[in-house]
Amino acid sequence: MKRKQAVQSIPKEPENRTDSCEPTEEELLRSLDVVIDGYSKTEGALIPVLQSAQNLFGYLPETVLRHISTRLKLPYSQVTGVVTFYSFFSTVPRGEHVVRVCLGTACYVRGGKEVLATLRKQLGINVGETTQDRKFSLAVGRCFGACSLAPAVMVDETVHQRVRPAKVKDLLTMYREAKPGLREAS
Amino acid sequence: MPKLTINNRTIECENGQTILQAAQAKGIQIPTLCYLEGKDPLGACRVCLVEVEGAKTLMPSCSTPVVEGMKVHTNNRKVREARKTVVELLLSEHEGECTLCPRTEDCELRELAGQLGIDVVEYEGEKPPRAVDDSTPALVRDSGKCIKCRRCVTVCQEVQHVGALFPQYRGYETLIGPAFALQLDDVPCVQCGQCAAVCPVGAITEKSHIDAVWKALEDKDKFVVVQTAPAIRAALGECFDLEPGTLVTGRMVTALRELGFDAVFDTNFTADLTIIEEGTEFLTRVRRTFIDGEKGLLPMFTSCSPGWIQFAEYFYPEFLPNLSTCKSPQQMFGAVAKTFYATEKGIPPENLVVVSVMPCTAKKFECQRDEMTASGYQDVDYVLTTRELGKMINAAGIDFVNLPDGEMDLPLGLSSGAADIFANTGGVMEAALRTVYELVTGRPLPMENLHILPIEGLEGIKQASITIEKPVKEWAFLDNVTVKVAVAHGLSNAAKVLDGIKDGSLDFHFVEVMTCPGGCIGGGGQPRFTTDETRKARIKAIYKEDEGKPVRKSHENPAIKEIYEKFLKKPLGEKSHHLLHTKYQKRVKEGAKKK
Repeated sequence: MKRKQAVQSIPKEPENRTDSCEPTEEELLRSLDVVIDGYSKTEGALIPVLQSAQNLFGYLPETVLRHISTRLKLPYSQVTGVVTFYSFFSTVPRGEHVVRVCLGTACYVRGGKEVLATLRKQLGINVGETTQDRKFSLAVGRCFGACSLAPAVMVDETVHQRVRPAKVKDLLTMYREAKPGLREAS
Repeated sequence: MPKLTINNRTIECENGQTILQAAQAKGIQIPTLCYLEGKDPLGACRVCLVEVEGAKTLMPSCSTPVVEGMKVHTNNRKVREARKTVVELLLSEHEGECTLCPRTEDCELRELAGQLGIDVVEYEGEKPPRAVDDSTPALVRDSGKCIKCRRCVTVCQEVQHVGALFPQYRGYETLIGPAFALQLDDVPCVQCGQCAAVCPVGAITEKSHIDAVWKALEDKDKFVVVQTAPAIRAALGECFDLEPGTLVTGRMVTALRELGFDAVFDTNFTADLTIIEEGTEFLTRVRRTFIDGEKGLLPMFTSCSPGWIQFAEYFYPEFLPNLSTCKSPQQMFGAVAKTFYATEKGIPPENLVVVSVMPCTAKKFECQRDEMTASGYQDVDYVLTTRELGKMINAAGIDFVNLPDGEMDLPLGLSSGAADIFANTGGVMEAALRTVYELVTGRPLPMENLHILPIEGLEGIKQASITIEKPVKEWAFLDNVTVKVAVAHGLSNAAKVLDGIKDGSLDFHFVEVMTCPGGCIGGGGQPRFTTDETRKARIKAIYKEDEGKPVRKSHENPAIKEIYEKFLKKPLGEKSHHLLHTKYQKRVKEGAKKK
């Protein structure tokens, strides 16, 4: 993990997006406020609020983290502490597909590290980064509960089992060529 | 009351106690590097492991509650070896450098490693990258020395309600600090130094002014004066292994002279001055409220504690108009020394160096605030913590314990008992009321020994009310008015008072806030380790000092009368306004640089 990972703010004009229905940052923050209001009397609201925020914005930019800190009356350091603790959360914009390589104990000993190295090489990015074409982001996970079929790689919501370095290319091609919509179906 | 055996000794303990607490209460020492008295245990350091018969693994005694009949071993081979391994693992990631470390004398990790007989660390390997943050005027953080015990996190969040520090990232990558890898001056840190006071190692320390002070002392062109805060005299002795609460005022003065200071003065003098100015300001606010019907002037908050000032500037800017405009005694001293005193002595102010000895790290920040240049120069040049002064005395080879008593110089060294009690929670309020009550009624405060018992002690928020009877003519409108005061120490308690005032559930005329638990005697720059027992001992010493003074009220201090006659003319007058009062600024929490 990169230690001094910069927090990027939301690009003012999202690239490659001409769809005028795309909600503005303000609208997204308002939606987030509705979520936060729902937790107004709940302790431990931070993680579910962060999850909702990431679903809304695609990642967790600084402005959003500051907003959550103010609204939940939690120190900013605590909000970022939780965000940087869980590999699920991302503070940089993410690609269309998030590729997570499990490095839990079982996957690690059965070659997860080699799979990760191959992915880094083929995608040309490091963990926590996104490819230039915004297709893929690379992340590391700590056990998806699929230890018996290690090493596992999770792409978006789908767990791929017994992934070998040699299979990585096919896996990426499948997602690169996939039509939007196929993403959820696996 | 449950019974357990520790090392084959049967002991009784209180319900709900942990093994660690039960053992400590009976004088059985179990080492720990993360436990903080009165706070929920974290179980972070694993040093307090003990064997509980029947348990599968060794248990952390700080977070294991006592169960009736438990059999505990704190010091058998299994425990010792595990503890040694834990400490060796801590050392394997720790940037040792013990001989170069500012904590070399009171490092808990070093002491423990010594006790466990660790002479070689067998675990070699990668060390996390090291980052040193010296961005603020007061504190230096060194991640290479941090053992991730999280005491600082607990203190910053729970005791001070500031939340500047929190664990960032995870596992081996964990970094204790502000958000992401920001520096302290990027975030709303009030520089109280409570983190540095509880840090077991050298990961958070005050920014040292020792070298600068030596340099000034050796400069023949400079006339170097020193002021000592009220809280120093009840704690400095601890740097030389004297019992907490040993009063060392006289020995401190002698030591300062031996170090080469040209004049030894007392922040107590300007504490008395603060009372005159702040008391007058309070009464002015009262008059404008009661007679002119002005709103929003009360309650008035004390303004001696720079951590509290910054806390209000960051988190409660709506209360800034309610903060007394009085500078702290440290800053009043600097302003008076470089004007009044410099003129009297015929010393060009540019050649006058003012050094403070403070129980506080935030004072290092305060003296560098832009507003603190009323004399035309930086009013206070350097601030030493109590610990730093202790180091200088040791470095000079002075046998502190056996020093004869010395006397402070005149006129800025003369003070009343009311000034002494600025050192502890409740003290500024009591000192103010000793003067204000007498101004309004013409009679002394009607309390035994001039003490207001409800606002003494270590309870976080204390309240008192005093009904004014038969005031003098000038204050006739206050007849039968009940003055309500509150005292809060520890910023989380201050926040509770502020929130209560905001929502209307609390209502006061005058509020004292001190940043650190116990007040300045528990400051971030005091000798380590400050427990509640230590706080009580130091407070007891301070009241003893107060009661031993021939003059116990600020307005009766002859040196104060003299400075008004010769120089200031009258409280809240033009000179006072310029030299002794200040302004505050709202601070933004995001990316605001200090100063």
